[in-house]
Amino acid sequence: MRAAERPADPAGTGWPSRLHVVTGKGGTGKTSVAAALALALAAGGRRTLLVEVEGRQGIAQLFGVDPLPYTERHLADAPGGGEVRALAVDAEEALLEYLDMFYKLGAAGRALRKLGAIDFATTIAPGLRDVLLTGKVKEATTRTAGQRRVYDAVVLDAPPTGRIGRFLNVTAETARLAKVGPIKTQSEGVSALLRSPMTAVHVVTLLEEMPVQETVDAITELTQLGFPVGRVIVNAARPPLATGREVTRAELKRGLAAAGLPTDAATVAGLAGEARDQQVRRELEDSLRTDLAELGRPVTELPLLPDGVDPAGLAAFAELLRRAD
Amino acid sequence: MVPSEDAAPVLDVDQILADPGVRIVVCCGAGGVGKTTTAAALALRAAERHGRRTVVLTIDPARRLAQSLGLTELDNTPRRVKGIDVEAGGGELHAMMLDMKRTFDDVVLQHTDPAKAAEIFANPFYQAMSSTFAGTQEYMAMEKLGQLHARGEWDLIVVDTPPSRSALDFLDAPARLSRFLDGRMLRLLLAPARSGGRSMFSFVTASFGMFSRVVQKVLGAQLLTDLSGFVAALDSMFGGFRQRAEQTYRILQAGETAFLLVATPEPDAVREAAYFAGRLGEERMPLAGLVLNRVHRPAVALGAVQSRAAADRLADLGGHDATVDVLRAHAALAQQAVREEQVARRFTEAFPAVPTVSVTAQPADVHDVDGLRTIGAAISRP
Repeated sequence: MRAAERPADPAGTGWPSRLHVVTGKGGTGKTSVAAALALALAAGGRRTLLVEVEGRQGIAQLFGVDPLPYTERHLADAPGGGEVRALAVDAEEALLEYLDMFYKLGAAGRALRKLGAIDFATTIAPGLRDVLLTGKVKEATTRTAGQRRVYDAVVLDAPPTGRIGRFLNVTAETARLAKVGPIKTQSEGVSALLRSPMTAVHVVTLLEEMPVQETVDAITELTQLGFPVGRVIVNAARPPLATGREVTRAELKRGLAAAGLPTDAATVAGLAGEARDQQVRRELEDSLRTDLAELGRPVTELPLLPDGVDPAGLAAFAELLRRAD
Repeated sequence: MVPSEDAAPVLDVDQILADPGVRIVVCCGAGGVGKTTTAAALALRAAERHGRRTVVLTIDPARRLAQSLGLTELDNTPRRVKGIDVEAGGGELHAMMLDMKRTFDDVVLQHTDPAKAAEIFANPFYQAMSSTFAGTQEYMAMEKLGQLHARGEWDLIVVDTPPSRSALDFLDAPARLSRFLDGRMLRLLLAPARSGGRSMFSFVTASFGMFSRVVQKVLGAQLLTDLSGFVAALDSMFGGFRQRAEQTYRILQAGETAFLLVATPEPDAVREAAYFAGRLGEERMPLAGLVLNRVHRPAVALGAVQSRAAADRLADLGGHDATVDVLRAHAALAQQAVREEQVARRFTEAFPAVPTVSVTAQPADVHDVDGLRTIGAAISRP
């Protein structure tokens, strides 16, 4: 059974959209989260496309594969026979493809590229680059083959929070420059998709002050611009404590003795100091959790992986995201 | 943690900050690694501890950090930071936040007469470009650095670099933008419009004529008209733009500049730092060292496995919940420290001669002068 015959969301509630735009402050792990989401949504025999647009080759590095070309290719298998494909969209390639579609440039297009004309064209018109990138994402999201959607879901590893509003708001950028013509039409089509319930913009954050502040700012901006905000995804959250209260040195010393560990003053003081720092951090994290909860968006937490994000970690993230309600 | 034998030399930032020959410190690295905080902490330390008249140029500081530096308004001029401890040394700290559009406007005003400037400001191309062009922020950050340097008012300028897509943008954008403004391609493109369809560059005439027709079709004729107006208005300024970009580039290569890479012990950030270190080498720009932020260091040598096993034993035993928490937290910390060390080693193995300093992760975020002072001390005394 393919996508057209079933709802976009296997679990029914968690991820109702078809295009998932994943943003977040730099360093929050949005590429890992986007990859895990693509895996999650591909589970059970579905097909998803994971797209990057910033030329960072973050997906290739995450999966330990060769740099991605401007072609959709198999990236990973998802549990239950699903497939994640990946694509690195390049603005110049997208422009050539686009011109070719409308004007049949053929070899002349390549000649123009050699001359630097394509780089030039994507550079002169601010916003043109973004229209081309988002246009390609739209094309993949809505592409059909034999009346069926090619992808059950498309996950975009998008620019960071500081640039996401401008990146998605393609019509505003191009409207200033291209008042008529196919680019204007194109940007209007992209804008309609991005502002429809087909799309959800998810924001990845850490429980740290600046990423949370940027999350709040980005959600305000996205809402004002009319983009549907999906989830807040807290990355690298630490497991809850058993007690959550401060430990006394005497108590700690007894505990260490009971565990057969050294109880010298240096060890006790060192561990007590670590515990105190931990306490400060936890209190701050709790207040940031409250700030995030006040946004009124569903919040999903992914645990800190002490050994970093490896394939097993990605699979674990995917499972947590799949079960998110 | 015991430093391994092949450890990189330790970066002494105090030596850099105190050196009267060092006039510019550029902090660069991936997004989210603490560049702005590091830049502000170093600038504060230069003013307080080394008595230097210092200015810190920040690009996009967190709101509370900006407020703590007195940067409540974005006026594109350095403001003196009050309430810092400089009485003994005679240093000063000034801070400013980059206003990209305003900096661009200033550049235009400097290079042309008011009437022409007004024409440029009104052009939709200029408006779009001065506020949204990918690379404008990087270019303007360098332009502002050049301006501050030219004024000669400061002993030390500390620069934070823009949160670019990649750390390289800030080196490449000025060249790219000035290349664009220089506009050979622009002239080629507009040539048919100007000379009635006959380009003077015969070897590309055919494809270019077609290209410009395609551009007209795709972008609309109005765009070309606006672009043409923009180019005509900026025509007299091209030389100036490029000259300034080249000047700043040369300042960055000079011995009075010290580049500090900033990273966290995360694979992406370290990879970016390594890439940048290689690039600085190619550009013959002086790399002073790597500041590795947010490093986790357990206070006790107890290993992760041992600590976790002990926690499990105690949990089974019962009655020691608080100690169980402490030991589990310690185990996680110890494990993270080991992993961070492995990640950081990727940089030191590739660039063994680059001095490095690790800064322990702070339990709480920094957003006041006291916090910056603590960070400054931590960078200086690892």
